[in-house]
Amino acid sequence: MTTVTIPTIISHDIDTRSHDADGTPRQMGFFTDTSICIGCKACEVACKESNQVPDDGLHWTGESYDNTSAIGCNSWRHVAFIEQTKPVQVPDEQGSGALRWLMASDVCKHCSNAACLDVCPTGALTRTEFGTVVVQEDVCNGCGYCVPACPFGVLDKREEDGRVWKCTLCYDRLKDDMEPACAQACPTKSIQFGELKQLRVIADERVRRLQSRGEEQAQLYLSDSTDGVGGGHAFFLLLDRPEVFGLPPDPVVTTRGLKTIWTSAGGAALTAVAAVALAYLRGRA
Amino acid sequence: MAECHPVGFQWVMEAKERGAVIIHVDPRFTRTSALADIHVPLRPGSDIAFLGGVVNYILEHERWFKEYVVEYTNAATLINPEFRDTEDLDGVFSGFDAHKHSYDVASWSYEGMELMSAAEDREGAAQAEHNTGEQAGSGGIALKHGEPPQDRTLQDPRCVLQLLRKHYRRYSPEFVEETCGVPKDLFLRVAQALCDNSGRERTSAFAYAVGWTQHTVGVQYIRTAAIIQSLLGNIGRPGGGIMALRGHASIQGSTDIPTLYNLLPGYLPMPHTEHYRGYQQYIEMNAAKTGFWGNAEAYFVSLMKAYWGEAATRDNDWCFSHLPRISGDHSAYTFTRGMFDGTVNGFFVLGENPAVGSSNGRFNREALAKLDWMVVRDFVEIETASFWKNAPEIATGELQTDKIPTEVFFMPAAAHTEKNGSFTNTQRLLQWHHAAVEPKGDCRSELWFMYHLGRIIKEKLRDSAEPRDQPIKDLTWSYPTDGDIAEPSAEAVLAEISGWAPGREYLKGYDTLKPDGSTVCGCWIYCGSYADGINQTARRKPRQQQSYVGGEWGWAWPDNRHMLYNRASADPDGKPWSERKRYVWWDERKGQWTGEDRPDFIIGRAPYYKPPQDARAQDAIGGAEPFIMQADGKAWLFVPDGIRDGPLPTHYEPRETPLANALYPAHVSNPVLQVIEHALDPFNHPRDKPAHDGAFPFVATTYRLTEHHTAGGMSRFVEYLSELQPEFFCEVSPELAALRGLTHKGWATIVSARAAIEARVMVTDRMRPLRAGGRTIHTVGLPYHWGQNGLSTGDSANDLFHLALDPNVHIQESKAATCDIRPGRRPRGPGLLALLEEYRHRAGIEPAVPAEVEVET
Repeated sequence: MTTVTIPTIISHDIDTRSHDADGTPRQMGFFTDTSICIGCKACEVACKESNQVPDDGLHWTGESYDNTSAIGCNSWRHVAFIEQTKPVQVPDEQGSGALRWLMASDVCKHCSNAACLDVCPTGALTRTEFGTVVVQEDVCNGCGYCVPACPFGVLDKREEDGRVWKCTLCYDRLKDDMEPACAQACPTKSIQFGELKQLRVIADERVRRLQSRGEEQAQLYLSDSTDGVGGGHAFFLLLDRPEVFGLPPDPVVTTRGLKTIWTSAGGAALTAVAAVALAYLRGRA
Repeated sequence: MAECHPVGFQWVMEAKERGAVIIHVDPRFTRTSALADIHVPLRPGSDIAFLGGVVNYILEHERWFKEYVVEYTNAATLINPEFRDTEDLDGVFSGFDAHKHSYDVASWSYEGMELMSAAEDREGAAQAEHNTGEQAGSGGIALKHGEPPQDRTLQDPRCVLQLLRKHYRRYSPEFVEETCGVPKDLFLRVAQALCDNSGRERTSAFAYAVGWTQHTVGVQYIRTAAIIQSLLGNIGRPGGGIMALRGHASIQGSTDIPTLYNLLPGYLPMPHTEHYRGYQQYIEMNAAKTGFWGNAEAYFVSLMKAYWGEAATRDNDWCFSHLPRISGDHSAYTFTRGMFDGTVNGFFVLGENPAVGSSNGRFNREALAKLDWMVVRDFVEIETASFWKNAPEIATGELQTDKIPTEVFFMPAAAHTEKNGSFTNTQRLLQWHHAAVEPKGDCRSELWFMYHLGRIIKEKLRDSAEPRDQPIKDLTWSYPTDGDIAEPSAEAVLAEISGWAPGREYLKGYDTLKPDGSTVCGCWIYCGSYADGINQTARRKPRQQQSYVGGEWGWAWPDNRHMLYNRASADPDGKPWSERKRYVWWDERKGQWTGEDRPDFIIGRAPYYKPPQDARAQDAIGGAEPFIMQADGKAWLFVPDGIRDGPLPTHYEPRETPLANALYPAHVSNPVLQVIEHALDPFNHPRDKPAHDGAFPFVATTYRLTEHHTAGGMSRFVEYLSELQPEFFCEVSPELAALRGLTHKGWATIVSARAAIEARVMVTDRMRPLRAGGRTIHTVGLPYHWGQNGLSTGDSANDLFHLALDPNVHIQESKAATCDIRPGRRPRGPGLLALLEEYRHRAGIEPAVPAEVEVET
């Protein structure tokens, strides 16, 4: 028998090891290609199984097939279902022309410039050797500063234990060169895991291919290291504008102005001190 | 497929990436439609009209693969001059008995060819009951020896191709539009795409989930697909075929080594009380003279040796008289009816939840209440196990716990991760799984349960002198056990299934089986799965290190052939039809077949071999006859025997339908559909009187969601799955919601003559009203996973459905029936019965409650 290598297109043979041969950690990430997501939610379940995340309660929402609704302390992956009744971009389409059902698995973006890290007073939030952002559960004191700092609403406090929980990009598994649970479970490889720079090359190729097929709105989200959060270690290929998926169109790290703010605040404080001192001195005089 | 087989769907996505056109035909817009290139919404129950339209398109536009069709199908074969088509007889084929609602199939035969089973049957009075179905193994029916007459010019009006043309002539694009609600242009786009992608250079595949079979013409749905694929040359070739995506892991395995009442392992027929008076008669009737079924005796004797070992000898007909006999239809709904009749008193339920998963749940649950005892083995206390305390009929007063005599034994089962064994998938691939952990507590594998049950019964009967106990006393029952829980060795069972020759010489394949009692083999099609004493099903060679066919991953039956009938991937001369689609071919130099896969053919049989007149079994297979299990070596466009409801698929409406039959007004639904006649199973309207504006004006269909598993035993009790789809809901179009005043996220009550159930309402554009039969057809979509137990609870959609069955395989019609839907929740307690009575009264249905069922209000 001849040995034939199947050229795979969706499931590129991506190196999923988190370390170089010499043990140097790599910058790892997720590329979630929502154009091939089938909405099976295996990522949500695998994440919970692997990370021992509690269930999020049984609430039927009526929001298409989405009963998770949002990323939260007890749902670190969230598959959005968007039913659209508008013409599909593919010309000559009649059968499904009127209807489009988008599915997309959302996750913590592991921003290169992460506001949650900046505001964490205890150091519970750290950037790992793989470039990902992790909450250390034994350090977090539940102050919740990170919650409003996140431009994506990812960080969320679990009231039962008073701490903040989110995707760790399976930090424990990465240490052992294992793929994160969601990526491993994804049947269509909509969630791809690998070295960030390789994923970006694949994503560029993929978006070009889709656009050339007529998916004019196909776009990458957070793949650009010059964007408002410095790019995400988790980035996405979307078939419509980010707002459609509940994602901010132009996210900006909320602590972007921190230096200026502190400089201004510091200046103001110094001025105030000076003013008080002056008044005091004058009073004495 | 994305909904129910997400893991397999990755290959569809891979194919799409490489340019394949994905067409999804489904009444609803599902997760599969979302990823398909073309979605075709069609009216539930109208599939034969659609597929027949494709057949007609192929023939009218001469798009069939001529050489393949002439050489490899029975297109040229002449049919009995007495045969009359539905087009001649206004909706029935010749041989129809209007009183018995059955066919005498004699006139459907090949010209001059008496079919063996039909010939036998004519001796007996019970012909209609027994001539087909119950006893036809996978090999179908044997032909009397001899080449059937053919017209290879395909001009004779009695040749199959001409009969096919005549039968489908009226299935025009306009007819498809009118009947299926599929716009003509959309239909033509599908037909063209299919034809454009078939032929020498290209192939197309059909994939279906088993919901496709759940119709009163279910077998004929698949038959129509088989006709299309045979006409287009898409069988036995890479990228072709018809893939049945099964509903559970190893459902394929449970038909191969069957849990079906009418089959022995390897599709050997179960002996019958009336017809099988003796061993010789059984063998003569079931061993075709030509084709691989010609060796049926070797397969059968080897099975008897596996069952009864030394006790089975030639002198006692290999213990043939030890085998149980069937006396007719003993399929699921028939034996459930037997519980009411008192003919079925005990019931084992393994891996099934009939209180939720079977049609007309009330019929099933009330039947359970008639039993003396029932054993349920499952992971959790499913509704079938707890019916005596919380069936919906308890709430209505129809059942009372203290009056139910049934003794229920609930036995906790081990999961697949807790036991060794094999799964056989839809591709006939056996894959071994190893126990990761021991089962907890009292949980045990099915193998453990059956082995020890048998062991204990044998011990109890050791000293019995009763002749009736002899079969059990003679059973070979020695399997090594292991560990604290004495788990039998699954590998020892596989070894016995695969078989051995004297001296425990493990057999390499089914062609080594002998009819002289020297070989032991528990299932001839699995012979060789333990060749060389090695568990072949546990092989896991990575794909990068072998042919793309993956011949060294697991083991496919038969003989590790991954694609059946793959001789058809080469032309009659043995050359690939095209380089692009080469798979197996004839190597003239070596004098044998070779290729990517194991050839599904006699390895040294030259393409130009012509069998001599008196050849038998495989010697009678010509070198250009790829369909080696068929007596004539051909794919059957026209089925001369083996199917009860017609040699060619014909459009009939479902048993419950809002429309008349546009083709045959005199026969709305399948004239020979099977009905489980029971007072608890009234129909929404009389047979052949469709109702579109009565009490039940809408169509109901059921389906599965990715998040849940069938009747819910494996998902509704798991937090992580239940939270993903926590409540029973129905899906309706905005138009139907407006028509009936249904509110999104509100409640609705769905009613049939059998039941009224409630569900949350999801109003979605994914459900569309269709225009068919001159009216608007609204469909209510119902996922069927729910019951009273577990974390996520709700009413059972299957309660709505009736017990009209496919006459061949006795499956229920749960994909198309009629119903009403109204806003709000259903009444509680006896009020529910009052609502049902009101509906039945309006629909003119006779009172449904039989005298013996007490209704306490």
